[in-house]
Amino acid sequence: MINVPGCPPIADVMTGVVTHVLVLGRGPELDGLGRPREFYSRRVHDTCYRRAYYDAGLFVESWDDEKARKGYCLYKMGCRGPVTYNACSVTKWNGGVSYPIQSGHGCIGCSEAGFWDNEPFYQHLASFPGFGIENTADSIGTVLGVGAVAGVAAHAITTNIRKKNLIEQERSGDEPTSKRDEPGT
Amino acid sequence: MARMVVDPITRIEGHLRIEAVVENGTITDAYSSGTMVRGFEKILKGRDPRDAWAFTERACGVCTTVHALASVRTVEDALGISVPKNAELIRNLMFCTQYAQDHVVHFYHLHALDWVDVVSALSADPQKTAQIATSISPWPKSSPKYFGAVQQRLKTFVESGQLGIFANGYWGNPSYKLPPEVNLLAVAHYLEALEWQREIVKTHAIFGGKNPHPNYLVGGVPCSINPDEVNAINMDRLNYVGSLIKQATAFVEQVYLPDLMAIAPFYTDWAAIGGGLKNYLAYGDLPTRGYNQPDYFKFARGAILDRNLNEVHPVNGRDAAEIQEYIAHSWYKYTAGDSAGLHPFAGETEFDYTGPTPPYEQLNVDGKYSWLKTPRWKGHAMEVGPLARLLVSYAKGNTDVKEVVNEALAKLNVPVTALFSTLGRTAARGLETRLIVHWMQGFFDELMGQIKVGELSTFTRDKWEPSTWPATAEGVGLSEAPRGALAHWIRIKDGKIDNYQLVVPSTWNASPRDGKGQRSAYEESLVGTHLANPDQPLEILRTVHSFDPCIACAVHLYDPDGKHLHQVKVL
Repeated sequence: MINVPGCPPIADVMTGVVTHVLVLGRGPELDGLGRPREFYSRRVHDTCYRRAYYDAGLFVESWDDEKARKGYCLYKMGCRGPVTYNACSVTKWNGGVSYPIQSGHGCIGCSEAGFWDNEPFYQHLASFPGFGIENTADSIGTVLGVGAVAGVAAHAITTNIRKKNLIEQERSGDEPTSKRDEPGT
Repeated sequence: MARMVVDPITRIEGHLRIEAVVENGTITDAYSSGTMVRGFEKILKGRDPRDAWAFTERACGVCTTVHALASVRTVEDALGISVPKNAELIRNLMFCTQYAQDHVVHFYHLHALDWVDVVSALSADPQKTAQIATSISPWPKSSPKYFGAVQQRLKTFVESGQLGIFANGYWGNPSYKLPPEVNLLAVAHYLEALEWQREIVKTHAIFGGKNPHPNYLVGGVPCSINPDEVNAINMDRLNYVGSLIKQATAFVEQVYLPDLMAIAPFYTDWAAIGGGLKNYLAYGDLPTRGYNQPDYFKFARGAILDRNLNEVHPVNGRDAAEIQEYIAHSWYKYTAGDSAGLHPFAGETEFDYTGPTPPYEQLNVDGKYSWLKTPRWKGHAMEVGPLARLLVSYAKGNTDVKEVVNEALAKLNVPVTALFSTLGRTAARGLETRLIVHWMQGFFDELMGQIKVGELSTFTRDKWEPSTWPATAEGVGLSEAPRGALAHWIRIKDGKIDNYQLVVPSTWNASPRDGKGQRSAYEESLVGTHLANPDQPLEILRTVHSFDPCIACAVHLYDPDGKHLHQVKVL
């Protein structure tokens, strides 16, 4: 049995799963929860195009603020991307047109079991000690980020501080102030 | 006496059962039952009001967005929030997108097969079909070769023996009146509409991230506009929306409306069938100067009684003397007993299933027989939907509405009274879609005008934080879903939802009779309908489908002890 979760699942994912069986003549590889790895092996967070902002600590603080208009990370606005396995950031929605984060609202985790009971949607998750992109649902287990604590811990490590400075400098048109701020250092 | 049972009614949204008393081929009484329930009102208790839209929106994926809009308005009403102009415009664009898709899908994929005989299309002459097509519309896909190819495709499908979506149709029933060529034309457009309806909803994805269930926000809309940023709603995104609107306008004006007008003349007898109730209710929608100025809505607010188009009564969602919900024939319990009527601010949702254990032959229609509560406006049974909207706006003198309605009546050569029927309801749906795509272009142009002068705001911050809210608040959010008047009521206490009630359009239309024996819309509309072949209730489907039922499919079924059952038996 193949589990294709989502509220609803992306239409292209559903047809992708069905055609996988019909055309390739076999079922897709499944994870521990029966979900096709083809579409559910990555967290929305791992493939999100705003990930660089998360890593650099650049967040939207309030709806439609300066940072929202720059398309910064929606983590502080309650985004569930870090705990949600789905293809939204890659396959996107309605023929690849957009997905919630790209249109300014955080992920509500709609492909995760019991997502409707995981905290008020606008309360943000505790910061995660970086699970890393190569981990899948099996190795992480069923952590859903419940019992979130307010406040974002200082998760930026040295590289991230530099990245943040770099992005902010680009925005204001300044030259990098020292060698330490250049990419790759 | 055994009643005729149609269960499930197919080609609708949700679970509906109709039991009809048929005497000498004519329906003399009818009972409408919503056969499943989900309990949104219970689910929402205790939650953050700013989350409510995400839950209620998921009442239905067919009419997605409608409950999200009603919900954010409900909370905004309770807390005294007014959204910025851009948010009003974007919400209107989302609204119009939903209507355009929903009504086209309804006409072709849910309703058409009641009027169009698919099998008859196989004997059509593609040349003649092309002649008809080009005489009614400039739509380019109209060559004899094109229709020949559609016919061939249909032929292969039928000959394979697996009729799929066309299985179990009442093909050949004498009530089908269209010549084979018009049937083929409609089938070709049915297939085209399947492709088109995927496109228009991309507007929801652009502004709301996805369809179904785009994202909304209490206080505005979540997307930010910034024409100087790659990562916001910029000219690329807006151009996309602009082209989708043009595409929708073309399809509605060159395919949907011409087909409607081509099919209607063959069924003018249906201008005297299925009228039912004589009272119409519309909350109105599509604000142009803010939600608290209903006089400037595109669809007007008001109530019509006894088909009197000379008097439109005002409607107030907060007035406890206007809207009440009754449960005399519904599977619920009220603390004040079965004959009580509750205004939704004081609404109760206590399940009490006393119906038969499935499988069953008949419902006990003397007792409770539906999961739908029965709403009444000042004690009257009201019809809601496209017809109600058009009638209220027409009666209030709305020039856009009067123009399209009068034009259609003249073209079909029928009087205004023809509107009070199954045909009228079906035509109303098409006519309002025509208005909708026109208005949608207007809202888009206005949004571009805003951005041009640097007005970018999409959100009002002042009441976002619960710390700014009073200890208690109550609000009502009124809207018009494609299927009719929709409203949510909320009581907020200490920052959480204390009570939440939804009264949806299909509750008005599909409800069981009230304690006084007054039938609601579906039941009333079926009385007097003659069935050409009592073994094929095609005529029942025509009228029930004209309302576009959206009963909302259930996830949970409770047994008589209130225990949650994990399995659903498909009858």
